[in-house]
Amino acid sequence: MPTAPKTLEIHTSPHIATGASVDTIMRNVVYALLPVCAFAVYVFGLTALVTLTAATLSCLLAEHLFCRWRGEASTLGDWSIAVTGVLYGLTLPPGLPVWMIVLGGFIAVGVGKFLFGGLGYNAFNPALVGRAFLQAAFPVAMTTWYPSLGAARFTALPSSTFAFPFATPTYDSISGATPLAAMKFDGDITAATDLVMGLTSGSTGETSSLLIIVGGIYLVARNMMNWRIPVAILATVFALSGGLHLLAPESYPSPVFMLFAGGLMLGAVFMATDMVASPMTSLGCVLYGALIGTLVVVIRLWGGMPEGVMYAILLANAVSPHIDNLVRPRVYGTGEQESS
Amino acid sequence: MVSLIQRYKSFSHGVHPPESKATTSKLKIRQFPFAPILVLPLAQHIGTPAKAVVREGQEVERGQVLAEADGFVSVPQHAPASGVVRKIGLVPGITGRMTPGIYLEPFPGSSQEVAEGEPCRLESASADDIVAAIQAAGIVGLGGAAFPTHVKLKPPEGKTIETLIVNGVECEPYLTTDHRVMLEQTADIYMGIRYLLKATGARHAMIGVEANKLDAAETLRAAAPDDIDVVTEVVAVKYPQGAEKMLITALLDKEVPSGGLPADVGVATVNVATCAEIGRLLPHGRGIQERVVTITGPAVGRKGNYRIPIGTPLRFALEQVDISDDVSRVFLGGPMMGQALSSLDIPITKGTSGFVAFTTAQTRDDKKEYPCIRCAYCLDACPIHLNPSLLGLLARNAEYDRMVEEYNLLDCFECGSCSYVCPSHIPLVQRFRTSKAVFRERQAS
Repeated sequence: MPTAPKTLEIHTSPHIATGASVDTIMRNVVYALLPVCAFAVYVFGLTALVTLTAATLSCLLAEHLFCRWRGEASTLGDWSIAVTGVLYGLTLPPGLPVWMIVLGGFIAVGVGKFLFGGLGYNAFNPALVGRAFLQAAFPVAMTTWYPSLGAARFTALPSSTFAFPFATPTYDSISGATPLAAMKFDGDITAATDLVMGLTSGSTGETSSLLIIVGGIYLVARNMMNWRIPVAILATVFALSGGLHLLAPESYPSPVFMLFAGGLMLGAVFMATDMVASPMTSLGCVLYGALIGTLVVVIRLWGGMPEGVMYAILLANAVSPHIDNLVRPRVYGTGEQESS
Repeated sequence: MVSLIQRYKSFSHGVHPPESKATTSKLKIRQFPFAPILVLPLAQHIGTPAKAVVREGQEVERGQVLAEADGFVSVPQHAPASGVVRKIGLVPGITGRMTPGIYLEPFPGSSQEVAEGEPCRLESASADDIVAAIQAAGIVGLGGAAFPTHVKLKPPEGKTIETLIVNGVECEPYLTTDHRVMLEQTADIYMGIRYLLKATGARHAMIGVEANKLDAAETLRAAAPDDIDVVTEVVAVKYPQGAEKMLITALLDKEVPSGGLPADVGVATVNVATCAEIGRLLPHGRGIQERVVTITGPAVGRKGNYRIPIGTPLRFALEQVDISDDVSRVFLGGPMMGQALSSLDIPITKGTSGFVAFTTAQTRDDKKEYPCIRCAYCLDACPIHLNPSLLGLLARNAEYDRMVEEYNLLDCFECGSCSYVCPSHIPLVQRFRTSKAVFRERQAS
């Protein structure tokens, strides 16, 4: 015989949900980054493994310690800090002394995330905050590039890896210039196929455009990334640099080179798309992407530095809330409508 | 995801919850037995409660008026069974609170023949006669709103109604009452449309059916009469396609103005089961005594669509369908907008389109709430194109005036799509309900 239930739960509608969860989204971003990480280890060897591991672990540790310090439950379980850690590692040059990586990791989490109030409140992409700090504090170390595909890459680590904190690290192998630096300072253009495949010098993760795009497509297909942001960035860079290249081919590199060189692909697909620090509306995302694309071209071609993706994204992050304020969706039944 | 094979009309945004209709959509409507006691709240509709016109101990006939309408925005209450009025006093209402009502004890051995009143003849009745007859039949929106139907048929001053939209979308998961009514009461629906066209003065009628009920659309099309201008349109399967505004947009490509009524775009909408009931009752001068209810969900043994006497206590109904011991949540209506019940003593009323019972397996979801990560899923879900993420933050900061004045909070009709998609599991729609209540209270004071 059926009996009366012991208790009935009171819960507000809706009583069902998609099952989507912050930790699932973040975990999938990490999955999408794993091929990029694996390829970085293939290109740069052990040092990339050390860089990525040190970056990720230092961010995890920082998050855990900051949570404890604030007397809150650890937020490692939402996986957002794992995304930050891996991304942070991918922006660093392989061979960067570990103590710098750890210091930058604590800055990324402390300044980039906790100072703003933790997950959901970070105005800037925390990984880029960490990198920006290192760029400002250790400009030499941050622009000393470990050569790609070195013969001994799987057996030896550069001596700079375990440099003593605050001592000037010594570099053993004279590194190859990045394609962008080669373009800017020597006027050399790297072959497009090498760029797409990622067989060049550069930061740990800014090598294989192909794998970055694959990861992006995976996230877009799972509705975990707004495709409008990378598409707008890349289209803007392509259009602007393409126009300049047409006007003066000898002074400006080809748009294909601009797309695949440096950190643009990684930045466009994985950095600029940080949900918290990017706009919410479709049109807002397109404007935000166009802004980043424009800044990248301006900094790369006319700025003092060879690369500008990081600053372009950080600046656009700062503008993002204003874009949301400016671009609001038209509410149903308000504003202009077709006459009936 | 947009169907690649055929694109049906729809609105922009919305969500795609699992339909969960397969089991009951194929089951014919079955008649329910009378419960030992029927519980009839006098407020089963939005508006002024009905006024009891019987006394305790009085014997009543099935179909007899127990309580009469109190004013225009009110409807009478008919006896769902021949029996004795046991008590007039406080009864459990739909919200679980005690409310004035009538306890009616059906005669066990009665033949339960239905008392008939003055029929409303389609040929001779004027628009006002039909509106009055619909009120006299105690008809309210059977889709769940329970708003007195006759009130929305008369266009406001200076407006005309061009189109009558019959809503057979039934976009809430689990519910299949409208689906079965369309299949089994096709003639009643067309009869209802005849009355409604005359009452509203509309030129033509459109029946909107969601694409997961193509059999119903075919049945309706095959039976379409020649004497009236009526078409059946299939609309995309998407929640909340059945919301009045969303259906109007899908069918006519018009938007009901913010704060306005369908009449502002020349439309009156009526739920398909309501329409069928009008067609079934008016020719005989009867009032509503029963309605079709879907009883389903994982905790229900014998799921189905049942014609149940109004006033049947939920506990009795659930016993009839073998409710599982493991039941942990019962809600009135579908899972997107349905209200969870705190008690099984409440009766089935005119607005009960169905109830769904979950076991602990479905409700064991103590999902952790995360901060908003601005993923914008809710922006893509909201059929009204609000910014639920931002509204949620404003609600938390108690900025109710800004929510209403700057961000159109009052246009939210609480469909729950934002909460449904939120990966941070923020109870957005609940915050909006509370915010609206607080805002209205402040306005009033």
